[in-house]
Amino acid sequence: MSDFAKLVGAEGPVTVVGGRTRWHVGGEVRPDAREVHAPSGVVSYDPAEMTVTVRAGTTTTELTTTLNEASQRCALPERGGTVGGSVVIGENHPEVLGRGWLTSSVLQVTYISAEGKLIRGGGPTVKNVSGFDLPRLVVGSLGTLGLVEEVILRTNPIPPRSQWVESHDADPFAVASRVLRPSAVLWNGASTRVLLEGHAPDVAASLNSLTAIGAWSEVDGSFELPQHRWSLQPAELNGCSGTFVASIGVGTVWRDEPQPRPALSPSVIEISTRMKNNFDPTGRLNPGRSAF
Amino acid sequence: MTTADDALLADLKRVLGDRVRADSAERALLRRDASVFDGGSAGPTCLCESTEEVQRVVRIALAHGRSVVPRGAGTGLAGGAIPLGAPVIISLSRMNRILEVDTDSRIAWVEPGVVNLDLTKHLTPLGYHFAPDPSSQQVCTIGGNVGNNSGGPHCLAYGVTNAHILAIEVVLADGEIVTLGGLDAEPSGYDLRGVFIGGEGMLGITTKVAVRITPNPPSVRTLLLSFDTPRDAAATVSAVIAAGIVPAAMEVMDQRITIAVENYVNVGYPRDAGAVLLAEVDGLPDGVDIDAQRISDIGRQHGATDVRQAASDEERMLLWKGRKTAFGAVAQIAPNYYLHDTVVPRSKLADTLEEVYRIADEHDLAVVNVFHAGDGNLHPLLLFNGQEPGIYDRVHAAGAKIVEASLAAGGVLSGEHGIGVEKQPYMHQMFSEDDLDHQERLRHAFDPACRSNPGKVIPVGHSCADIQSLRNVPEEVWG
Ligand SMILES: Cc1cc2nc3c(=O)[nH]c(=O)nc-3n(C[C@H](O)[C@H](O)[C@H](O)COP(=O)(O)OP(=O)(O)OC[C@H]3O[C@@H](n4cnc5c(N)ncnc54)[C@H](O)[C@@H]3O)c2cc1C
Ligand SMILES: Cc1cc2nc3c(=O)[nH]c(=O)nc-3n(C[C@H](O)[C@H](O)[C@H](O)COP(=O)(O)OP(=O)(O)OC[C@H]3O[C@@H](n4cnc5c(N)ncnc54)[C@H](O)[C@@H]3O)c2cc1C
Repeated sequence: MSDFAKLVGAEGPVTVVGGRTRWHVGGEVRPDAREVHAPSGVVSYDPAEMTVTVRAGTTTTELTTTLNEASQRCALPERGGTVGGSVVIGENHPEVLGRGWLTSSVLQVTYISAEGKLIRGGGPTVKNVSGFDLPRLVVGSLGTLGLVEEVILRTNPIPPRSQWVESHDADPFAVASRVLRPSAVLWNGASTRVLLEGHAPDVAASLNSLTAIGAWSEVDGSFELPQHRWSLQPAELNGCSGTFVASIGVGTVWRDEPQPRPALSPSVIEISTRMKNNFDPTGRLNPGRSAF
Repeated sequence: MTTADDALLADLKRVLGDRVRADSAERALLRRDASVFDGGSAGPTCLCESTEEVQRVVRIALAHGRSVVPRGAGTGLAGGAIPLGAPVIISLSRMNRILEVDTDSRIAWVEPGVVNLDLTKHLTPLGYHFAPDPSSQQVCTIGGNVGNNSGGPHCLAYGVTNAHILAIEVVLADGEIVTLGGLDAEPSGYDLRGVFIGGEGMLGITTKVAVRITPNPPSVRTLLLSFDTPRDAAATVSAVIAAGIVPAAMEVMDQRITIAVENYVNVGYPRDAGAVLLAEVDGLPDGVDIDAQRISDIGRQHGATDVRQAASDEERMLLWKGRKTAFGAVAQIAPNYYLHDTVVPRSKLADTLEEVYRIADEHDLAVVNVFHAGDGNLHPLLLFNGQEPGIYDRVHAAGAKIVEASLAAGGVLSGEHGIGVEKQPYMHQMFSEDDLDHQERLRHAFDPACRSNPGKVIPVGHSCADIQSLRNVPEEVWG
């Protein structure tokens, strides 16, 4: 039995504390919940396999540093917080088009069940369809189904060149027809910033192609992103107004105020409720919070 | 034919008329899929044409105490579509309409019976394609791709089916209709869409799918590298990935399959090479030239005896034709084959391949290898003559050893074909009782009574409810 499993135990309400950067998502944790910390540290990293095994309590900053040393990166956001917190929150990197979706990048997950048992789902290889997909269930589960001890993540090479460019007159929705695979297209209502990545000549060619829809200049990075994420359909983004940053082609919008929780269908709620009850019959995992 | 079945048939016919098939020829056909596994026993087959029909059939089956098995084209290789316990078979192949294509949002809504390649053909004039490209793409369906979370040569860079599905309309085992996922960026709640994909028909029946469509890359370079040994080819694959290149595809074929393909379609593969590596990069013109050159250099550093780059689209298509007809070619050299599917870390490819050859020798079987090397996804094909007495025991014994060797190398049971009935007995080798118990809990959240495709994936003996629903079949039903 792992130390973390002992810590979590099999009884009483319990919650994992990460970096507390998303502490209030999904509701307030019940005050009687015992706070525990997940173990930390990179367990093993083989850049040639493009996978990393990392404990949930590791900060995303530490993980990023380790990966960058081998000229790699991963799909986790790099804005503070822990690996475990990021996985169970399930939000994608603002450059998701270049980084890949978080849900596709969690290859294996090891968590402690409500009964205090160590459970492993998924597998260590980059491709795997062995049994039902527990990793995808854990991503975005807010720690309500199991408490994450360790994950294996897919990594990716950092492209030879990355360049943000900005335009004040280009139509952000026309970028996709000009650039084959932009890593991000962000729009704040007044200007558009595009992240071009790849071999240097490709980046230059893409920038050249963009000049057909506006004037562009190189900038140092992305926009400052407001706190709260909204999940919209890509087609809905042209209706955005006020203070916002929208990820064109993706549908994520960052705003100052939180998105009202969208209503889920009764059937989805029914499946989700059964899921929660099957995994945590006594409701001891992260009580007070709900992922749905 | 029994009274119980008469009543079931009558109810089904009331909904579907002559689209219910229960003659012995049909039942014999649908007892099997493309795997080597002997069939189960098929109940009536329902050729549904709408979500509502699927729903009504599920409810009728439920009322008669029968389980249901969704079926696409039946090309599955793990026995996922094999009917166990005379279930009602729900064929989705007639639900084959492409409902909507939205190139602005890059999505298409399709019915589950749409054939994979038909979708890509439909999208070609628009400049798009559906990225997952199983070698069976001329026949397999999108519903089956979702069921097995299928892969294909180009999933190396683009990702397997799961990365290309946004929303799924499902008829649950109790007849409820539910939409999982959505077209927005990060749908809230548990990722039930993600979990459903690869559910092998055990989580419900897919009746509509929103897929992501992918723009066709403006430039493609296809290379054929020849090597003296499969080991050199495998080492090249690892080295390419280690160099930070993620090609669109990297497929390896050993000498036996290369010769078989040449004899079959004559596409210009070298007969004297111990192995060939088919590598493809796509994107913008300058970048693909840089990567093609680097792959070529890395190949030569690892013993490539020849590197050929397709000079035209025709030559490119020819090189791919060889790869894509490999299974047809095998049929020319052996009456039967058993296509295996395991994954190992890329650095273990060469060692595991040698182990595969050794295992085949030990069991006095011929083996050929043609596989998605870039992902570490092995596909050994054991060749045999099914008429030979006792041969299946030997084939399965060798298969078990291959699975063992892959797991020992730090690999997994299946990369794309799924577990079905094939790998069910091996699940304990990869997962603990507790792990399997949690997979079961996931399954029960969708289908508490185990009515949808019971008896697969989770090892028998573990899943009480499954055994229950298989036993519920009246003794005298067809089989
Ligand atoms: C200003 C700012 C902006 C940010 N913007 C984004 C963004 O846009 N997108 C993005 O993805 N990230 C963003 N982040 C980072 C993000 O908050 C974290 O990476 C992560 O999502 C939360 O990690 P945490 O460790 O702080 O979790 P916490 O806030 O400590 O915990 C969040 C929840 O997860 C649970 N939890 C934590 N660890 C575990 C575990 N091991 N097992 C089970 N449950 C666990 C907690 O109980 C809690 O319910 C931002 C951070 C900051 C400071
Ligand atoms: C020559 C050959 C080459 C192949 N190459 C590849 C390859 O490169 N990559 C790969 O991944 N696979 C490959 N396969 C395996 C197979 O083609 C794929 O698994 C394919 O996706 C199955 O599709 P199908 O329509 O035939 O599904 P079926 O075999 O009919 O069903 C497969 C599974 O999905 C379920 N299912 C089917 N339709 C639905 C639905 N609508 N709703 C819910 N569940 C459903 C079934 O119950 C079953 O469990 C190959 C097979 C052959 C014969």
